[in-house]
Amino acid sequence: MAKKMKLVCCLMLAFAALWLLHERQAANAQAKTVDFARDVEPIFRAHCYECHGPAKASAQLRLDNRQTAMKGGLGGAVILPGKSGESRLTHRVLGHGGEQRMPLGRESLKPEQIETLRKWIDEGAVWPETTAGQAAAATLPKHWAFTAPVRPALPDVKNKTWAKTPIDQFILAEIERQGLSPSPEASKETLLRRLSLDLTGLPPTIREIDAFLADASPTAYEKQVERLLASRHYGERWGRWWLDAARYADTNGFEKDLPRSIWPYRDWVIKAFNQDRPFDQFTIEQLAGDLLPAPTLDQRIATGFLRNSMLNQEGGVDPEQFRVEGLIDRVDAVGKTFLGLTINCAQCHTHKFDPIKQEEYYKFYAFLNSDDEPEIEVPGDEVARKREEILSKAQRIEDELIAQTPDLAQRMVAWEQELRYDDRQWTVLDDSEIFASFGVKFDKLEDGSFIPRGDNSTSNNYKITARTKLRGITGFRIEYQADQNLPRGGPGRAPDGSFYVTEFAAEAVPLDKSAGGVKVAFANATTDFERADFPVKNVIDGNLKTHWSSDAGPGRRNQARKMVFATSEPIGFEGGTLFNFQLIQRFDDTIKPGNVMPNIGRFRISVTTAPQPRADAASATTRRIFNTPAAQRTKEQQRELFRAYRTTVRNWDAANARIDELMKDWPYGPTTMALAPRGLERETRIFRRGDWKRPGEAVKPDTPAMLHPFPAGAPRNRLGLAQWIVDKNNPLTARVTVNRIWQQYFGVGLVTTPEDFGARCERPSHPELLDWLAREFVEKGWSVKQIHRLIVTSAVYRQSSNVPPKLQEADPTNRWLARSPRLRVDSEIIRDLALSVGGVLNLKVGGPPVYPPIPDGVLSLGYGQPMPWPTATGADRYRRAMYTFWKRSVPYPSLLVFDQPNGDFSCARRIRSNTPLQALTTLNDQLFMEAAQNFALRIVKEGEREAGAGDLDKMIYAFRLCTGRKPDAVELQHLMALLTEQAAWFNGRTAAAVYVSSPDLNKIPEDVDLHKIAPWTMVARVLLNMDETITRE
Amino acid sequence: MNYNEELIREQRTLLTRRHFFRECGVGLGSIALASLLNNDSAAQSARADNPLAPKKPHHAARAKRVIYLFQAGAPSQLDLFDYKPGLVKYNGQPVPQEFVKGINYAFIKPDAGLYASEFKFRRHGQSGAEMSEALQHLPKAADEITIIRSMITEAINHAPGQIFMNTGSIQFGRPSIGAWVTYGLGSETQDLPAFVVLSSAGGTSGGASNWGCGFLPSLYQGVPFRRTGDPILSLSNPRGVTREMQRRSLDALKAINEHHMDATGDPEIATRINSFEMAYRMQASAPELMDLTKESRETLDMYGATPGKASYANNCLLARRLIERGVRFVQLFHEAWDHHSEVAKGIRSQCRNTDQATTALILDLKQRGLLDDTIVVWGGEFGRTPMVESDPDANRSLGRDHHNKAFSMFVAGGGFKPGQTIGETDEFGFNVVREPVHVHDLHATMLHLLGFDHTKLTYRFQGRDFRLTDVHGTLVEKLLA
Repeated sequence: MAKKMKLVCCLMLAFAALWLLHERQAANAQAKTVDFARDVEPIFRAHCYECHGPAKASAQLRLDNRQTAMKGGLGGAVILPGKSGESRLTHRVLGHGGEQRMPLGRESLKPEQIETLRKWIDEGAVWPETTAGQAAAATLPKHWAFTAPVRPALPDVKNKTWAKTPIDQFILAEIERQGLSPSPEASKETLLRRLSLDLTGLPPTIREIDAFLADASPTAYEKQVERLLASRHYGERWGRWWLDAARYADTNGFEKDLPRSIWPYRDWVIKAFNQDRPFDQFTIEQLAGDLLPAPTLDQRIATGFLRNSMLNQEGGVDPEQFRVEGLIDRVDAVGKTFLGLTINCAQCHTHKFDPIKQEEYYKFYAFLNSDDEPEIEVPGDEVARKREEILSKAQRIEDELIAQTPDLAQRMVAWEQELRYDDRQWTVLDDSEIFASFGVKFDKLEDGSFIPRGDNSTSNNYKITARTKLRGITGFRIEYQADQNLPRGGPGRAPDGSFYVTEFAAEAVPLDKSAGGVKVAFANATTDFERADFPVKNVIDGNLKTHWSSDAGPGRRNQARKMVFATSEPIGFEGGTLFNFQLIQRFDDTIKPGNVMPNIGRFRISVTTAPQPRADAASATTRRIFNTPAAQRTKEQQRELFRAYRTTVRNWDAANARIDELMKDWPYGPTTMALAPRGLERETRIFRRGDWKRPGEAVKPDTPAMLHPFPAGAPRNRLGLAQWIVDKNNPLTARVTVNRIWQQYFGVGLVTTPEDFGARCERPSHPELLDWLAREFVEKGWSVKQIHRLIVTSAVYRQSSNVPPKLQEADPTNRWLARSPRLRVDSEIIRDLALSVGGVLNLKVGGPPVYPPIPDGVLSLGYGQPMPWPTATGADRYRRAMYTFWKRSVPYPSLLVFDQPNGDFSCARRIRSNTPLQALTTLNDQLFMEAAQNFALRIVKEGEREAGAGDLDKMIYAFRLCTGRKPDAVELQHLMALLTEQAAWFNGRTAAAVYVSSPDLNKIPEDVDLHKIAPWTMVARVLLNMDETITRE
Repeated sequence: MNYNEELIREQRTLLTRRHFFRECGVGLGSIALASLLNNDSAAQSARADNPLAPKKPHHAARAKRVIYLFQAGAPSQLDLFDYKPGLVKYNGQPVPQEFVKGINYAFIKPDAGLYASEFKFRRHGQSGAEMSEALQHLPKAADEITIIRSMITEAINHAPGQIFMNTGSIQFGRPSIGAWVTYGLGSETQDLPAFVVLSSAGGTSGGASNWGCGFLPSLYQGVPFRRTGDPILSLSNPRGVTREMQRRSLDALKAINEHHMDATGDPEIATRINSFEMAYRMQASAPELMDLTKESRETLDMYGATPGKASYANNCLLARRLIERGVRFVQLFHEAWDHHSEVAKGIRSQCRNTDQATTALILDLKQRGLLDDTIVVWGGEFGRTPMVESDPDANRSLGRDHHNKAFSMFVAGGGFKPGQTIGETDEFGFNVVREPVHVHDLHATMLHLLGFDHTKLTYRFQGRDFRLTDVHGTLVEKLLA
């Protein structure tokens, strides 16, 4: 854009000169006409394509095909047909107009070549569609990252003794080339602390340090590496690293920002890292676990990666708009995380720098466009056991009934006969629309049903308008359908999948409007499910205080239901009828105390002309089994039929009641957001200018042509996409992944932009090392732990992080890694460190998110009523930071302040800032103060036991807990002076001593003298705030 | 100080100074490093490296700072600034189809009836600015402001609308205007955050993204002040820790950190030391800032502010105190204007809460000579429909739905031309028919007044130079003084 302004100026300044030039050239004009393919394209190809072709497109200008060349670049059009004097192409190759001459840094074009271009433009810049222009693109050298890596040979180095791993050869070769030399190895204390923080996010214990110091064996270090890689906290540390890219959060985002349950996905990630799930499998499961043959629950949980997108539940939103937004986010996340591609740049137009066409964006998008979005249950062992118990008890009761009924088979055949039902009498009203209150919007599905999306409310009135030509209509049927997109599978919208109906009303209007509407009178209402307290007649009694409820209780409520309303007399006008239906839901306390938003979920309306219509008394499940020939029914289906049958036998009331009683305890496990294939594929269309309201041409799923081919035989769905991503020919995935791992260790990646390996990224600092690591990663079976092992055992990793002035001068950004970087630890580790040193960190792995103390008033920054925050008082108060409930619109402040990404979009690289607000947090935040208070108690009690009774011994012990090393004399002197001073100050100041030293004023420690603890608290606070404490050296 | 310590200190000074002459340290600290070094030239070079140091924009700026009064929820322009006799004439009749063809509204059906404002409108000041009687104070400032009746935005839902108004994008993840301005101009205060967010009424729909930094470094993001207790989180020392104890602790901490900097040679430690020193200063300056009892009775009355009470009025007064202390960008959020039902009642009540203070702020800035180089912006995320929102099932009546094709905002000070009303909508207020001002255009114009070519204030991310106005935005010349 900057260039645009410059261009305007240049044009004005250069006008006179150009005019003169034009005149002169016009005089020299030759008679022969210019042919693009013969005369012009060779000039472009030889001099322009390298920078203005598919590989680079500098200034967003591409001269390699007609369309882009004519469109121009950042500064607008460069070729104005018929006007060479005004065409920027002419100005630039001449070097006129104050801008640098093109081709940049190369010899200028020959005067006759310029003349050819000029003439070509003046003749109208004819560019036939079929010339080699397009084909030329294919012959250009590809951007390095789009070509598969080849394992390079190890470079030669002068220093033959330093390297411990192949990594070191590459690094050392560069260090030597820069005239530098590597730093000495860091001290053992520093190494162990570095290793512990890097692999587990936790500092080493003093015992671990002492053991390592005492281990003089040559493999002492490697033993520590293996110990830490095997730690269950390794999965937490690297899982959290992955969750940045996965944009994990515990709420839906946008205005309502309601809580969501997707933590089982977070736990799956932790587990996958701990088990060192090969990265190809890890990828496939996250993108398409549900599409694997007979997917396990874990594999389905893994698809939460894609579900981490935000969800707009604000009233009045168009659900399709935000479904599309969610998909755009998914494409972005997949692009950044696995491919290092800014594929999202091709959403509105063809990518400006990388060879990704707009249609290719939508082909990629099409892979992700045909999914259902269930919340699947993760029962857990306890729930599964309890269910098993209930089922077997119930089965025993049923077995007794079966045993005492010798003629059961005949009776059930008779029952089935009795329930015969002709479903063909019903005609779905699919020429219909719906409107609801509170801005609730609906998707209309292929079977004529509606499903609400987005906002929800406790009360509503669904107003359906439908047209039909049928006459003599005798009844309406509403089918409430189960759907995996609804909570617990529906059919309602309450969290348990239930719903209620207050009133159903219908008005009939002649389609030709020849008369006014008439209210339809009903003869009766029937249903396949009815509770005594919520009979179906309530919905046609005109009373807004009586309802029908779908809630059949635990374990049974998530089933399709139906209602039939017989009309008092046949309806239907000549010329067709327009029906105005109302499905009123007027919530009150009788429905279910504490139930939230139990609105109707998916449903559709049908009509019949058969006499005296009634609802099919068989449930949808029963009917499905009835429709299977008796001989083909499975044991389970037979049992299911019996289950339905027994409830109809009056004699068995007592047994039925016993089973009902058992079912009341039917437990539910938590749910997690996952993906499931959709029955019908959605059509994907290109959105013109990226606008979802302007669909263009339809496309089929495919991957960008500039990358490796789609694997032969792979399905054209998410699974195929995942297989393509981890295909051995993919030039990106392995490079991108090892680069992000490298970045975590060294602060900066070998490619500094981990999310963008495209043409605009800086060249890697060590391109050969990147390729070597990528090949190693794939060839060693995509083992992430193996890459860690390689890195942390390298000499480059084990260097000291000290910054000698000379090195600071020679390589201020430490690009050549002649030392280890000093890095302020990540947000979560800041907090985990303090609690760990304080001796109170709860090391439990996994589980639902937790609610540590949050400053007052923070939550009121969120929309609406502040969300409830049940501050943990027990063990969950001091859990690891990664389990803190993460609300997107109100991120937890003490983590946000240390640059934790807020999960709105995929983050491949955290920023490391250093601000006064961080200082205030670690000094004064309640949780950090509690850490200091607990630390002081630990110093005094444990320190005395472990290190000695003297203050000096305790101080050394405390310092070691924070930094892993012993303090030197200067440090000790400062700390001891502070302790002495503070001790004098607290002497006699009991109130101050109590406040400063007690983490919980309700539980003031009694076994210690708080006057003596308080000075230690002040010292502990300083220790926790030391730069070294929060730094990985 | 003994001989040894003297030597260590000398060495450290040399080391860090060398560093700052040559290389940047990311972080706030370098400014304060200058005072640490007690050396003017070092201070200057440190300032040049500090990302929050005051910076020169592209051209001479008319404005140095911004106070943005964000009326979240979207106030009805038809009941405040955009008088429509057409609505009076056709009150209650369905909207002519050509206006609403193909448009989806958030809550209403497009065939809802037109709804005339229940307020009377009058012209005020020499400029003859038209305002409704709901605004009882703003007429006093009629000649200081420019009303834009022709605003257009892209979103019709609150969260996307607020995000769009604040970041120029409907998609989350872009920097807010406050972050861009702070990134471009740096900060004039070392004791307070450069970009402060104040709020009254409800929490906002856009949440933290309204003042977020997107992909810019996090030090540019807005710092929300709390309404009660410490304005800045963790500002107060823990109970029992006095300011002297804090100082003493920080002295020990500083000594240890300096010592460690000597040992490691890492200049980032200097930045850390300064973060702690700035934090300490902030602990003193923030409470002083918040103490409205320092204001005269007259001033308090002018705003309708009450010391110690959280309110829009207090926030307006605080905004003035913040910019007086060098804060670059102050944004107030008053989330209370989403009047889907009984819009007249809602407007009346929110005007009671805000009108006096808004007016007082403009006049107070003027009388203190601050209005000339301070931009004041008033407005919501979109406008409201000329049609009525009424739905007995939702218990709503006489309200207005969301509308993005035309709405009103006003601006003042900072080089905006005062005393004019620009733009015009059609007879019902559906569409802009004259002088449209898109959100991107407003952003471009604000940046222009702050000294920036909006196409040149960019940040490279994912291989692309991003800017507040995306690939849009036209300077609105008519708004300039």
